[in-house]
Amino acid sequence: MSAEASRGFSQSVDPPDTIRFTLASDPEAIRHGMQALFALDLLAPLTQESRGSAEIVLAEVLNNVVEHAYATFPGSIEVWVTRREEFLFIRTVDEGLPMPGDDLPGGKMIRTDDLPEGGFGWFLIRNLSQELHYQRDDSRNILSFCIGVDYQV
Amino acid sequence: MKLESEHQGEILIIRVQDDRIDAAGAIQFKERMRELVAEPSGRVVLDMSNVGFLDSSGLGAVVSVMKALGPVRRLELSGLTTTVEKVFRLTRMDSVFIIHKTLPEARRNVG
Repeated sequence: MSAEASRGFSQSVDPPDTIRFTLASDPEAIRHGMQALFALDLLAPLTQESRGSAEIVLAEVLNNVVEHAYATFPGSIEVWVTRREEFLFIRTVDEGLPMPGDDLPGGKMIRTDDLPEGGFGWFLIRNLSQELHYQRDDSRNILSFCIGVDYQV
Repeated sequence: MKLESEHQGEILIIRVQDDRIDAAGAIQFKERMRELVAEPSGRVVLDMSNVGFLDSSGLGAVVSVMKALGPVRRLELSGLTTTVEKVFRLTRMDSVFIIHKTLPEARRNVG
């Protein structure tokens, strides 16, 4: 599946500063996609802190698609990442099941005394991203968000 | 998922050799950890200094290992890198674990 993931990885030159790639709905493919994306020159000038936030949000979003949208059948996920000034603009599109109620899950505050083993994903996404939007368009889920980033001096 | 364990006095030190604990490796991490902590020891310290990335599945797996230790032994963590520390801090799970900056500090301090 890892070879599959790398084959689906392409950086578009038009528009500039945008990377577009396709991943299979598999946790291994998401891992390899993240490793390939964050090794690209486009994201190299970001501070380690910013890269970390971006990787957390994107990995959580993609793993959610794998676990929920593609819970019952496999498919692919298209990802666009645009770096513009102080932001990364990210959009993901998949053809899986819709979000329950056609809406985004909330990011409930985590009750640490319950020692939860899950429910961290949307909390992290909502904490580290801005302008989070979800749209169900025919048979597609479209999720977009941006992440504020800093650059190395 | 490569994990190495070593007894140092009363401490069982487990070093994560992989550089990430993510959705693709969380289940394997949990299973390997449960085997390793089955050995009796006074304290259990998980050295995460090689781990550059941990997602919510990875965090859930670390929490589940702590629960598996039972009421007497608590899971202590050591060497959290920038992104890993951020995930623990944002979710406030840093308040649930004993966290040491480095392994030598973990050895000196009694949890």
